[in-house]
Amino acid sequence: MADDPTSNGTRHRLTGWGRTTPSVATVVHPPTREDVRAAFEAAGTRGLITRGLGRAYGDAAQNGGGTVLDGTALTAIGPIDGPHATITVGGGASLEAIQRAVLRTGWSLPVLPGTRHVTIGGAIASDVHGKNHHVDGSFGAHVESFTLQPPAGDHVVVTRASDAALFEATTGGMGLTGVVLAATLRLMKVETRLMRVHSERTADLDATMRALVEADATHRYSVAWLDLASPRARGRSVVTAADHARAAEAPGVSLLDEPPSWRPTVPPVVPVNLVRSAGVQLFNAGWFRRPLPSEALVPIESYAAPLDALGAWNRLYGSRGLVQYQFALPAGEETTLRAIVEAITHAPAVPALAVLKRFGPGNGAPLSFPIEGWTLAVDFPAGDPALGAFLDTLDERVAAAGGRVYLAKDARMRPEMVPLMYPRIDEWRETQARIDPTGVLTSDLDRRLHLTAGSTRSPR
Amino acid sequence: MTDATGRPRTVLVLGGGSDIGLAITHALVARSARGVILAARDTGRLDVPATALRSAGAAVETIEFDAELVDTHEQVVAHAFERARALTGDVDIAILAFGLIDEAPILEETPASAGHVAMVNFAGVVSSGLAVAQQMAAQGYGTIVVLSSLAGQRARPSLLPYAAAKAGVDAFADGLDEALLGTGVRVMTVRPGWVRSRMTEHRRSAPFATSPERVASDVLRGLDRGARVVWSPGVMRLVGAIVHYLPRPLFRLLLGSR
Repeated sequence: MADDPTSNGTRHRLTGWGRTTPSVATVVHPPTREDVRAAFEAAGTRGLITRGLGRAYGDAAQNGGGTVLDGTALTAIGPIDGPHATITVGGGASLEAIQRAVLRTGWSLPVLPGTRHVTIGGAIASDVHGKNHHVDGSFGAHVESFTLQPPAGDHVVVTRASDAALFEATTGGMGLTGVVLAATLRLMKVETRLMRVHSERTADLDATMRALVEADATHRYSVAWLDLASPRARGRSVVTAADHARAAEAPGVSLLDEPPSWRPTVPPVVPVNLVRSAGVQLFNAGWFRRPLPSEALVPIESYAAPLDALGAWNRLYGSRGLVQYQFALPAGEETTLRAIVEAITHAPAVPALAVLKRFGPGNGAPLSFPIEGWTLAVDFPAGDPALGAFLDTLDERVAAAGGRVYLAKDARMRPEMVPLMYPRIDEWRETQARIDPTGVLTSDLDRRLHLTAGSTRSPR
Repeated sequence: MTDATGRPRTVLVLGGGSDIGLAITHALVARSARGVILAARDTGRLDVPATALRSAGAAVETIEFDAELVDTHEQVVAHAFERARALTGDVDIAILAFGLIDEAPILEETPASAGHVAMVNFAGVVSSGLAVAQQMAAQGYGTIVVLSSLAGQRARPSLLPYAAAKAGVDAFADGLDEALLGTGVRVMTVRPGWVRSRMTEHRRSAPFATSPERVASDVLRGLDRGARVVWSPGVMRLVGAIVHYLPRPLFRLLLGSR
């Protein structure tokens, strides 16, 4: 039978948030840094990858036949260093827990992605972004330093000054440079736990894009929710633009007023996909016409991560799961964006949820996703092979326009697209091979996309 | 790895000369597969199918595999998985397609020839199927497609060792799937009716006769829905139940001179 290299690990079937492409791995839960190091020593021929809260949509945090290191025990949340506006946290601490801890004293994480259920290790590994990317950049921009456990040897504290190549290879590096044990992050000051949100309805895609450009000029946060479920909807949207509310704007609301933690959750057994064409069109017909206050005060987390309000919403897609296709296109490729959006309204699966946003400039990390321009994320029910062929054609258009697909969302791209979308992959591979010369770090994503130089080798 | 939209990348065919095995492989290549390992006793006979698969866009390697030599299967299958990883990656789908068919009615067959049919068709599936299952369990996922047959539902004299072996194969595949619970590996049993192929070209056709291509498209549909059993054509599910439960005098009547 399969070798089970660790004594304390148990075999588990794992998928990403999209609930597709399951594989079985030995999952270990190291409670301390020393145990993380020991897990590397015990890893077998199929290698090791770290897993946080399992929010990557595809196969990034799976490692069929190998070891999956559950990093969520490293949850320390250190005291805030006020003068430097930083905090040191464990690699397994979630953005939710950190945000809860810091908001009470008037601080906030400077980048909040579409879900708070992400660990620091995951946020760095995917170099996540939020609705303020056009102003504040991605998560990596706010990391001062991190402590990395490489596959062999002692852990290292990595800063831009100490080892720029490793810092950048880890930022967006999909966990393939080691385990982030801890990180020191910059925080930002907020006066309230609320955002002042302006909402605007647009009639079609061009109006949506114009509204986003305008919103970005005057607001720190912006995003558009698009209706692509029917060609007739033409990319109508609700564009929201937001800023942190000042204390004077929200009298009587204390920083200590924590939101209730209870939330409804989709039950585990949803045998069939509930996200179907007619239903989505009907839902959208209502949602995009609902009365919309032009201005409102909402909690930061509700604006940053509205889907977190419904636990396990991925179950709505039934047992075959969902595929999220998120790509970025450089500024100036608006014609390509229009063409792709048009194609998506005729996709072989219903585009249930679509979110459009503008990115500010990217950072220096070779595998970091954001590039200056546009990003569109679309959820499709999985299971139809025609969807795969369709998305392959979109990959070609995205790559030809100088864009890329977000690896943290991917569960179906072909390996030959990677060097086209991430032209600095060889530079990344060089650093990765330096930190992991024997090729211990790998994942299903790595094997599928041939990211690391060792991923195409047979097991050691 | 088979992707989120059900598209495999790497396929292993044990019995790489089988018409049905090749039809399934061509369908998988047409969909997405880019690496194919064809294994057969006589690799010279794989040149033509390998060329056809290459022109369909796949990288192909051929290796030697003798279904009757059960002692070699563990090593041969390990080698096949190694070659696959060097080519395009872990084996996503392994098709057990090899088989022999009896040349004569049972009482006119030589005992040795009947024994060979049983060895290849049954023992060969048990040992190579287990070797594939172990390799796939070690990679944490994969699908094994086992070609059973309607004939396995009720053994008839004209095809007796073949049919009896297929009955064994069917039971083995079902049990193997159960044994693999929790490993990420699944077994899909395919029960075609009469298929027009090289194996059956000198025999009289039967009702609902089908083609390897039709079996292949039924297999792909089965893979998409995660089926444990695929009948091809679909009506064979009914035929199978009838021949299985029919009292023997009626079964004899139904077979007639067949």
